[in-house]
Amino acid sequence: MAPIRKLLIANRGEIASRIIATARRMDIATVAIYSDSDADAPYVKEADEAVALAGNAPSQTYLRDDLIIAAALRTGCDAIHPGYGFLSENAPFASACAKAGLIFVGPAPNVIASMGSKILAKELMAAAGVPVLSGITIADDEELKSDIGDEAGRTVGYPLLVKAAFGGGGRGMRAVNNPDELIHAIASARREAESAFGNGTVFLEHYVESPRHIEVQIFADTHGNAVHLFERECSIQRRYQKIIEEAPSMAVTDDLRAELGAAAVKAAQAIGYVGAGTVEFVMGTDGKFFFLEVNTRLQVEHPVTEAITGLDLVALQLSVAEGIALPPAVLNASIRGWAIEARLYAEDVTAGFLPSSGTLVKFEIPTFAGLRVDSGVAEGSKVDIHYDPMLAKVIAYGSTRDEARRLLARALSKAKIHGVISNRDLLVAILREDDFAGGAIDTGYLVRHNPIELIASTHSPEIIAIHCLAASLADQATRRRDAKVQISLPSGWRNVQNGPQRQRWAIGNQELEVSYRFGRNGLQAQVDDSSFGEIVLFCASATQVDLAIAGVRHRIEIHRVGQTCYVDSALGTCALVEVPRFPEPDSRDAPGSLLAPMPGVVLRVLAAIGQEVPAGAPIVVLEAMKMEHTVRAPAAGTIQALHIKSGQAVDVGFVLAVMEGGQ
Amino acid sequence: MPVLKSTIDPSSETYLQNRRDQLAAVAALDEQLEAVRAGGGPKYAQRHHNRGRLLARERVELLIDQDSPFLELSALAAWGSEFAVGASILTGIGIVEGVECVIIAHDPTLRGGAMNPISLKKNLRALEIARCNRLPVINLVESGGADLPTQSELFVPAGRLFHDLTALSAMGIATIALVFGNSTAGGAYVPGMCDYAVLVDRHAKVFLGGPPLVKMATGEDADDEALGGAEMHSRVSGLSDYFALDELDCIRIGRQIISDLHWRKLGPPPSPKVDPPLYDPEELLGIASGDFRIPMDPKDVIARVVDGSRFDEYKALYGTSLITGWAWIHGYPVGILANARGVLFGDEAKKATEFILLANQSDTSLIFLQNTTGYMVGTTYEQDGIIKDGAKMINAVANSTVPHITINIGASFGAGNYGMSGRAFDPRFMFAWTNAKLAVMGAQQLAGVLSIVARQGAEAAGRDFDLEADATRTLAIKEQIERESHAFYITSRLYDDGVIDPRDTRTVLGIALSAAHSNQVQGRQGFGVFRM
Repeated sequence: MAPIRKLLIANRGEIASRIIATARRMDIATVAIYSDSDADAPYVKEADEAVALAGNAPSQTYLRDDLIIAAALRTGCDAIHPGYGFLSENAPFASACAKAGLIFVGPAPNVIASMGSKILAKELMAAAGVPVLSGITIADDEELKSDIGDEAGRTVGYPLLVKAAFGGGGRGMRAVNNPDELIHAIASARREAESAFGNGTVFLEHYVESPRHIEVQIFADTHGNAVHLFERECSIQRRYQKIIEEAPSMAVTDDLRAELGAAAVKAAQAIGYVGAGTVEFVMGTDGKFFFLEVNTRLQVEHPVTEAITGLDLVALQLSVAEGIALPPAVLNASIRGWAIEARLYAEDVTAGFLPSSGTLVKFEIPTFAGLRVDSGVAEGSKVDIHYDPMLAKVIAYGSTRDEARRLLARALSKAKIHGVISNRDLLVAILREDDFAGGAIDTGYLVRHNPIELIASTHSPEIIAIHCLAASLADQATRRRDAKVQISLPSGWRNVQNGPQRQRWAIGNQELEVSYRFGRNGLQAQVDDSSFGEIVLFCASATQVDLAIAGVRHRIEIHRVGQTCYVDSALGTCALVEVPRFPEPDSRDAPGSLLAPMPGVVLRVLAAIGQEVPAGAPIVVLEAMKMEHTVRAPAAGTIQALHIKSGQAVDVGFVLAVMEGGQ
Repeated sequence: MPVLKSTIDPSSETYLQNRRDQLAAVAALDEQLEAVRAGGGPKYAQRHHNRGRLLARERVELLIDQDSPFLELSALAAWGSEFAVGASILTGIGIVEGVECVIIAHDPTLRGGAMNPISLKKNLRALEIARCNRLPVINLVESGGADLPTQSELFVPAGRLFHDLTALSAMGIATIALVFGNSTAGGAYVPGMCDYAVLVDRHAKVFLGGPPLVKMATGEDADDEALGGAEMHSRVSGLSDYFALDELDCIRIGRQIISDLHWRKLGPPPSPKVDPPLYDPEELLGIASGDFRIPMDPKDVIARVVDGSRFDEYKALYGTSLITGWAWIHGYPVGILANARGVLFGDEAKKATEFILLANQSDTSLIFLQNTTGYMVGTTYEQDGIIKDGAKMINAVANSTVPHITINIGASFGAGNYGMSGRAFDPRFMFAWTNAKLAVMGAQQLAGVLSIVARQGAEAAGRDFDLEADATRTLAIKEQIERESHAFYITSRLYDDGVIDPRDTRTVLGIALSAAHSNQVQGRQGFGVFRM
């Protein structure tokens, strides 16, 4: 028994807040650490104390085991909770904690190390009798054989996955469908693995068709107890990143649950596991499952397990770390109800899930009974490019899956997320989609259901048109309110009708023109060429527009921040950007400018000033949120200017380079 | 302040008949305004667009603040003349960057925006409005210059344009030329005389003589860019202060120039609390008869024009054929004079005189609602000194220095037109309702007077009086006068600043008052108020 009195949380964002909340209930004092850009983050204020780590890059801050241990010692902590990500599965860090006399909330360093190598983990699991998929390992410095494509076909079978051997989160992972693509995929996975994890070793693994991602929560204490807390299904993924998770899984029968659970517990026992962990499986349509990996930490999606078991997994982690045996509630846990979690990300679905950054000028998620929000941000938070763009997890609990699904869909649809582009519409669309509602899901769900088509329903032209009109009417009200002269005179009055008032809005790549006129016969308006018909305007202010269109009344809320108008109504939500009536001459980019398609960090500059490049030549490689993006020459030409250097952070729309000439 | 009670019966036959007549008059107005709006017509508009240029009205719409009101002036200038209705030029009061400005835009779809004698009159009137109300002037220039076939009527008075532009500048009233196209010969002096000139790249052409004229004059082969392009004037001659990339850029710069003026109005601001009338202005159509001979109660009009329908009547029991009193319109305090039963008697003239003097004491603008057939005639009235009384009123009107805004809501005949601050008495603005008539006297009376004079002439000469010929002549004269007293005829000659839909009265007055308050609002000082 080593009671924890003060705990340092070696993490940030929502998980830091989540851990602090439990620690507070257990009368454990908390110490947060924070980077420069996190100085004002909610979790820093929630912690009892906080220690600054200078810089922003994870390598300067949340990955600095030395600074973190020093902070823990300086503040008199007796334990460190690593959360997920960062140092949570870093064996040397766990060892260093032990060396410094600090409890590391997690399994022993050797367990972390053995699970950290996916190859080793798989061998261990296979030896313990857990089903695994066969694969090929390609070491860091290994020359690629010219027939590797064929060999992989024989031993692994296409389609296959190329994965970084060290690291996780889908980073460096690539799907390969035929031998021709393999060498290129290995090279790029190696490069990414090298830059991300310092080790370019990759392995090839068979790709299960229509696979479901099923994982089992395990828990073990220092008294020899090892249990599973049932499964979670995390099949809704984009780019190998989970976005909707649930517990239990519709694909798992009681028998299968027992089988999966037994395999997971066997896996835990095989490696002498202590604490919370997750054994991930891939499961085919036939119900056959294969071991993927063990995550030796708390999972992002742990709240769904908490919801259906009524347990606090963080509290259990801390108890186990204190040396207390798992209580009967855990040993005899059972499933009650259903829970679904959705991960709200700051990302642009229509732009291929590019991360978006900005300031959250409004962040409101309804507080419905049965709803849990684990949020790392608050109104006013800056979302930047340094860290994972997850804003919050929203978890709905109900007695049935359908109840949880409907609650979550409504809560998300009513959320106000202004200032950054989020994946909210996609989450809502999935939750309301028939296949999802019926449980017909697998990790290919978002390949079959094109995300852009999914969100199209929430962005129908009719809804956008109404929202554009509402935004213009609100703007109109603001302009009249703020008029310096003739303030009480009728809006846009003319004795000779010149033409309607016009305002242009951009939404995505689309531009729309609203035209409207207040006349003796009321308001007449149209968007582009389509008229609204009869409109009755009950009220228009800077923040609210209440109007009836063709007899149907809508109350629309408007939130204007700079050039952007956030429009929320029962129909949905839009972020409209006003197109200025007069382009500022200096905002006109020099022709041939190459703009950053998203915020990110310049990884490599592949061209030089004066260099002639063909069309499509890579000019700059940007890295943003686990992805490399290559900016290419739109046409052949000469590089006139390069405004960037390697390692530089750039915002979306930044002029990276200027090209001239050639076609 | 007391609130007016207005009791009209919207279901009465009179109301309904009035409304039908007024709607017909408004429809006739709208029809003419439609022709004004069309300018040179769709073909020329399309050709203009195809050249990458905006129409005059599109330029104005972009120039003025979004959702701000725009009061177009003299819209029916040149109505019924040999020239296009509107006179190929658009003038009005618009708000740019929160500043009320006089905007003058050539319509290049009408003979290249060439100026005819009526365009000139309209342009000069706009400059006069700018001068007396202290409003910055923005010229949207694209004009081929003078309409040469009419040069004899145009050339001499047109110099006044340049005179007035520079006179405005001398008064500290900013003048701006945004040059979108040709601005040649005389027109070249518009950017030349303005405080600021902005020229649009490759579109603006500002020179005294174009390539053909230069060739004729000196034999020089010159291209128009070198003679007067935006680039040349921006880099070489310095005539252009700002080089605009395109039309939008030019309008943007024009707005920026106004913003940089840091313009402050000199008159007091309106009251922040403005409440609409208690009665619907729509009902004005049912109140005013189509026939000026049928009187209306001006209080029914005032109740649909002033803030909260509040009206503090002055001398309610004296000279009751003229209503006077204090009210507010869009937050501006005003004194209102309105004819009640057409005729002005001695008491009415004296009441008006005192009221005008009082308004000058309290620096309060005056609104004249004309519906008058003139000063009373007859032995009794002449002997009572109606001429002296009328002269008092005209004296007071002429020498009053507070802003006057006059609206002919029915009739404006005889010296009543003068006493009720007609055109010759320089009201800041003057408008007429669609049904209004204006002449020295009514058509019937005028024809009758001529008939009597002719009969007396025949009798004196001992000639037989041809009754049949007299009837024909009288009818012809009556028709002529009727035509000439029509609101369109009056406005086409710039005798007022526009014909308005009666329902817009409050709005037009609100804009006019706000514009007038750009200048000082100060009454005539010196004598006290004479008790008449």
